Amino acid sequence: MKKIIALVLAALAIVLCFAACGKKEDTPSVYYLNFKPEQDGQWKALAKTYTEKTGVPVTVVTAASGTYEQTLTSEMDKTEAPTLFQVNGPVGLANWLDYCYDLKGSKVAGELTSEDFMLTKDGHVYGIAYVVETYGIIYNKTLLNKYFASDFATVKSIDALNNFTALKTVAEEIQAHKAELGVDGAFTSAGMDASSDWRFKTHLANMPIYYEYKDKGIGSTPAIEGTYLDNYKAIWDLYVNNATCDPTTLAGKTGTDAETEFKTGKAVFFQNGTWEYGALKKDDSGIGLDDAEFGMLPIYVGAKGEENLGLCTGSENYWCVNAKASEADINATLDFLNWVVTSEEGTTALADEMGFVSPFKSAKPASNPLVAIANEYIAEGKTSVSWNFSSIPSETWKNGVGTALTQYAAGKGTWQDVVTAFVDGWAAEYKAANP
Amino acid sequence: MNKRQLGRYFPIFVLPTFAAFCIGFIYPFLHGIYLSFCTFKTTSDAKFVGISNYVKAFQDPGFLHAFGFTALFTVVSVILINVFAFIVAYVLTSGIRGANAFRTVFFMPNLIGGVILGYIWQLIFNGILQNYGTNIKLDSRFGFWGLIILLCWQQVGYMMIIYISGLNSIPDSLYEAARVDGATRWQTLRKVTLPMLMPSITICSFLTLTNSFKLFDQNLALTAGQPGVAAAGGTTVYTTEMLALNIYNTFYQNANTRGVGQAKAVIFFLLVALIALGQLYATRKKEVQQ
Repeated sequence: MKKIIALVLAALAIVLCFAACGKKEDTPSVYYLNFKPEQDGQWKALAKTYTEKTGVPVTVVTAASGTYEQTLTSEMDKTEAPTLFQVNGPVGLANWLDYCYDLKGSKVAGELTSEDFMLTKDGHVYGIAYVVETYGIIYNKTLLNKYFASDFATVKSIDALNNFTALKTVAEEIQAHKAELGVDGAFTSAGMDASSDWRFKTHLANMPIYYEYKDKGIGSTPAIEGTYLDNYKAIWDLYVNNATCDPTTLAGKTGTDAETEFKTGKAVFFQNGTWEYGALKKDDSGIGLDDAEFGMLPIYVGAKGEENLGLCTGSENYWCVNAKASEADINATLDFLNWVVTSEEGTTALADEMGFVSPFKSAKPASNPLVAIANEYIAEGKTSVSWNFSSIPSETWKNGVGTALTQYAAGKGTWQDVVTAFVDGWAAEYKAANP
Repeated sequence: MNKRQLGRYFPIFVLPTFAAFCIGFIYPFLHGIYLSFCTFKTTSDAKFVGISNYVKAFQDPGFLHAFGFTALFTVVSVILINVFAFIVAYVLTSGIRGANAFRTVFFMPNLIGGVILGYIWQLIFNGILQNYGTNIKLDSRFGFWGLIILLCWQQVGYMMIIYISGLNSIPDSLYEAARVDGATRWQTLRKVTLPMLMPSITICSFLTLTNSFKLFDQNLALTAGQPGVAAAGGTTVYTTEMLALNIYNTFYQNANTRGVGQAKAVIFFLLVALIALGQLYATRKKEVQQ
């Protein structure tokens, strides 16, 4: 008898231990797994405001930088899985398709200014872009004007700087006279540390992909041919040979290194995007650029017709609603999203506090000079370069191209290795991801 | 309370721990083995596919390279760590001044986490290599020896402590007897110290062997597998990528490779278990009873 009592007691103790973990809330709730660590605080504040107004609990969890996929994988396994999460485009969508709720006809989808910002597959809307970003070659206007005014300058104005040949001339002349201009190099260090290599293995790699897609009139491909890889080589050579540092040291250079070089006026050009404004603007100690000093050039690679090209604009941040969540949670999530993109509090937070350019009808303009520059290009009628890197088959492909670029820059590898990683790697990774 | 009575209360004491063991170890372990035969995005949502994951794992040139690299790394690091740890322990027990201070200093690297160590040593190595216009991520030989130096630096102190306690537990009477018999220092070391130290050697070689074989964070932080070499078929083989890092990278490559990563992990477990048990058996045989 005692033995049975003991057993029952022990079992009860265990059950009680675990009961605490599995509590399920009855009220509908929203759980947002946020991708952007920079905006963690702002999202939490916004969630709090929403809860105060409506009583619907909103949890915001932010994955540490570079670990979103890992965090999402483990969070999705839980009973209290995220109801709102992000994918980075068609490739990310393929991974999480079973978990994506069809947003067709939802209020938040109706708020989008254009259907281009929907992530669709087979007529279903699975994702909604909530931030549009732009990148190109950011330049320091003061320094570049100093170059235009100097007697060794061949290119005399920014209007003449509208193709690769001009960019190459400018960069090489700045590099040759760097002491006179008071800089360390034309370009910032093209660091290949993980904090910076995405600028080249992803964003710069977009250029040859974009031109090849444009020629063929496609939006994705199982096998890239690499018809514009010579242009990729030309721009990469320009970056590494006219930079603030020796090409052999690039393997260890970080994103902060490049940021600092640009911010302190040691380099004229810096390939990066609108999101970088906060890190480059004049800080409390007076170091950095004034808003009027920012300029941005399209990435010229020597392709035909690039004079009419604008900056690279697109999104790799799509909201997806978890289709496996309960009906009530899905509705609560949709209501929350709608509130974020339409309400005064939501739009203010998106535009002013997070600094996003959001593609929603009631979005407020962002106070970011780089965004203003991006809009000027569009107003001038320049064609924006689309973000085709979201069709890159996998992270593994990017890493393969990155390591080949690093070794080529250091003189340890050949350009052929980059081509192999780019072309053969694409086919192999596409096959691995789509068996 | 007699033995029979005590037996009645056996479940009360054992069940909670046993349940925790099942939930925290047995279940994930078995589930992990099951998942290695599946394709899955999240672990609760798996589809059985048979042994295709294992086939893919063995077809991956990166995995095979990682295996060779890890094996070579393990051999070199086990020898170096144990030799250095023994030498340091031997010197510190021979009655030199400040032995305690040295012990503390040698032990300290062990208290620093692997990722931090990796980044610190990356800075040190690159600081030196920069003068020669290169970088630890550009040459696999640098990566290999960098990892060896890093792991030695971290582990020698820990193994030293084990060797010191082993050396201290050898009774003086044995040394006295050896001295009376006219043994030289070298003979004493070989015929008395080393046989009596076999239990410590067993535990130290076990620890260094499994630590080296399973090395992950130092590898990730120091080289992250770089440099990569483009292999036939478009895959890039990372020349300083060890098994654990290869498994991790495979798991997150894309949604179809998680099962492959899991299969690699099972193979990895079998390898570690096999090697560790073999080594235990081999060194146990040499242990002597006092």
